[in-house]
Amino acid sequence: MKSPILQVMDLGKRFGSLVAARDITVSVPAQQTVGVIGSNGAGKTTFINMITGHLRPSEGTIQFEGRDITGLPSRTITAMGVSRSFQVAQIFPSLTVFENMCAAAAICRAPKDFLGHIRTPFRSPESVAEAETLLELFQIARYRNRFAVTLPQGVRKLLDIGMAVAGSPRLVLLDEPTSGISIEEKFDLMQVIMLALRNRNITVLFVEHDMEIVERFAERVLAFYDGTVIADGTAAATLGDARVQTLISGPRAKAAAGTVADV
Amino acid sequence: MAGQGRIVAGSSLVAAAAAAALVLPGWVISLATIAFANGLVVLGLIVLWRAGLVSFGQALYYCIGAYAVALVGRWTGLTDALVLVLMGGAAAALVAFGVGFLLARYREIFFAMLSLALSMILYGLLVKTESLGSTDGFAVIVPTFFGYAPHQRELLLALYWLVLAVCSLAALLVGAYFRSVGGALAIPLRDNEIRVEFLGMSVSRLIHTKLVISGLLGGMGGALAAMAVGHVDPNMSYWTTSGEFVFITILSGAGSVVPAFIGSLVFESVRSFAFAVLPQLWQMLLGSVLLLTILFLPQGLGSLIARMRWRRNTEAP
Amino acid sequence: MLTAFAILIDGLVYAAYLFIVAIGLTLIFGVMKILNVAHGSFYTFGAYGAASAVGIYFDRGLPEAGGFLLMALVAMALGLVLGLVLERGIMWLVYGRDEVVMVLVTYAAFLILEDVVILVWGTGSYATYQPLLAAGNIEVGELTLSNYDLGLIMAAALLAVASYGALKYTRYGRLLTAVIFDRETAAAFGINVRVVYTVTFVIGAMLGALGGAIMAPKIAVTLGIGVEVIVLAFAVVAIGGMGSIEGALVGALIVGICRAAAVHLLPQLELFVIYGVMALVLLIRPYGLFVRVQPRKI
Repeated sequence: MKSPILQVMDLGKRFGSLVAARDITVSVPAQQTVGVIGSNGAGKTTFINMITGHLRPSEGTIQFEGRDITGLPSRTITAMGVSRSFQVAQIFPSLTVFENMCAAAAICRAPKDFLGHIRTPFRSPESVAEAETLLELFQIARYRNRFAVTLPQGVRKLLDIGMAVAGSPRLVLLDEPTSGISIEEKFDLMQVIMLALRNRNITVLFVEHDMEIVERFAERVLAFYDGTVIADGTAAATLGDARVQTLISGPRAKAAAGTVADV
Repeated sequence: MAGQGRIVAGSSLVAAAAAAALVLPGWVISLATIAFANGLVVLGLIVLWRAGLVSFGQALYYCIGAYAVALVGRWTGLTDALVLVLMGGAAAALVAFGVGFLLARYREIFFAMLSLALSMILYGLLVKTESLGSTDGFAVIVPTFFGYAPHQRELLLALYWLVLAVCSLAALLVGAYFRSVGGALAIPLRDNEIRVEFLGMSVSRLIHTKLVISGLLGGMGGALAAMAVGHVDPNMSYWTTSGEFVFITILSGAGSVVPAFIGSLVFESVRSFAFAVLPQLWQMLLGSVLLLTILFLPQGLGSLIARMRWRRNTEAP
Repeated sequence: MLTAFAILIDGLVYAAYLFIVAIGLTLIFGVMKILNVAHGSFYTFGAYGAASAVGIYFDRGLPEAGGFLLMALVAMALGLVLGLVLERGIMWLVYGRDEVVMVLVTYAAFLILEDVVILVWGTGSYATYQPLLAAGNIEVGELTLSNYDLGLIMAAALLAVASYGALKYTRYGRLLTAVIFDRETAAAFGINVRVVYTVTFVIGAMLGALGGAIMAPKIAVTLGIGVEVIVLAFAVVAIGGMGSIEGALVGALIVGICRAAAVHLLPQLELFVIYGVMALVLLIRPYGLFVRVQPRKI
């Protein structure tokens, strides 16, 4: 059996006496699409932050393609092939969409050694080509000359994710890709995103609150509650799980969501 | 091709400036020499400014470069101008490298204040050091040029041409830096450094590099100024000196290389004129111009120019 | 033992001076997020104003207490006018812009005002020693202490208590605190931030001018005093944390004592002490001793 692209063992994170995450063990095979659900404060973002190097785990290990990435800084993890998008799209507001993408492509291509950033020209035919390709792939080419600060939310998200893909990562974690998007547009947005990512054979983990989106796009679903994974299986299985329905996705769970402690 | 055209235009300008000296009076040449030396410091400021870091302490490097020249001249008898400039630059760059570990952690106001504090520390130390002449400072040896020891007008010319040469080289190199990944990332850094970090580039390394470059340029500027003026004193590290560099940068716009030198020339000319005619109102003039520039030039003039420049510099040839 | 006591007193006097000078600056920064370089101008005008007041009042045989009062009033009046003119005339034009741009605007204002001082009072220096003499001295053991200095310490302490109390217990003080914490939310609650800004700036100006007036008898009132004061005030505010009055107090005390120690024990370090302390503090607490930093949400 091929080794998993992502292997998380007994992962946990404590902030003083507050336990944000505990006992997380997950194994993700390459090119699987995994949905991550859970109420606010359940530990989903902490999980992503630990994998992408934004937070250092208190315990446990994370292995990417067989290599230990636990506690490494985010830029190192990115260079190794793990990328992420953000709940609030992190783009360069004063640049145009095209410039944003060029910047992403150039940064990803630049050698990471000591003086690499000085001897490499910023604009090279390769990075420009990569930027063009990505704009097409995420269907935002027609916005290319608009300043990123003026973009509608959906396009921002696509740009954000597109930039994350600039370095040809093999694993991408999406933090609420459709947050802030109107219900009518969520589906189409997710469609474009997934098509683009599948086109590049990228393994995807995405955090999502909308269960219909999760149902439609995830092969496998992880359900988080109180800092740990309470269900892990196919979309149907997890979403159909009684505990999941009580605690996360059912109507009474949604109403009670306000009482769940926020991290 | 845009790049070649610029180089031709630039070379002609420099050649013209060099030739002009042969017919200009001595005081003009002196003024220009100091102006261009200061222009180097401003160039260093621009490197940082593009990335959103406004340093109120460039005087630190300026002063280090100047005192390095003065001390090396006095202690070792080394007088070659080029060697002295390089030593001044190297000394300042070294300090910038060390100081950078602390400074690179800060942004905006705190960056400005800490850089100011560092320059004032040097000021305080120099003022209290009797052996270095305390507030009076001390004289700088007369430089030589590859073994040749010019005097009077010849000396003025030699210094002027040296300054021109150093500035031209610096302009070329900094321009190339702006086209490299590190230099072009100034705007993305200013916009969203978390994104830059998450794309895989070390933000602190980028900023540390810029600090060293600005230190190097500041030191070379100070070294040249020291030789041109013939004297160094602790005031070169005072915050008002840093303020002047900041002022010139605002006037020139923080986007590109050549305006740094032109702005510096304008500033130095106006200063000489104002001092001669109305010394009582020099600061008021300075302040008013600064205010008007900030108020009436389009919002973020520096960033606007930087944007246009960024696009042009990053266009594929 | 004597040295230790001398260091303590000197330190307290210097700390009092630093605190009085820094409190206006930190207040303005806390509320408006502006690092006001023109604070040096308020100080300068206060000092020169006091010098003029002293020149007019003392040596006329009038009661001395009146002289002190006049100095303070003249300074505060100057501060009021200056603060209003600056805030309503210039500052409001650049609200909402980059923090650094605002600093540069105050720097421009400072430069202009420096020459205004020359226009009004000329380039000479003014000796304002009369209040110092009038206050007399006290003998404590082997040391002779100036009553003026002791008064300075008390004034600073009073100021500290008054401002702290005002912020915490008066309605206006609480409004100010709200704006310091979160300008947008405060505005959303109906607080007229515009007015708060003006009032704060003017109060800061008056405090700065008062600082100048209080110090005038101890220094030579001449050109350039503002330039020096600015960096000192900045350093104290940076150490204590921008916008924190407790911070300004603690910062002033730390620097005051350290500097006094340097003067008595290692004079070469005197000028550099304040910046050294600042650099050290910032190394450990990047934003000063008393400030909480908001982490950025992604």
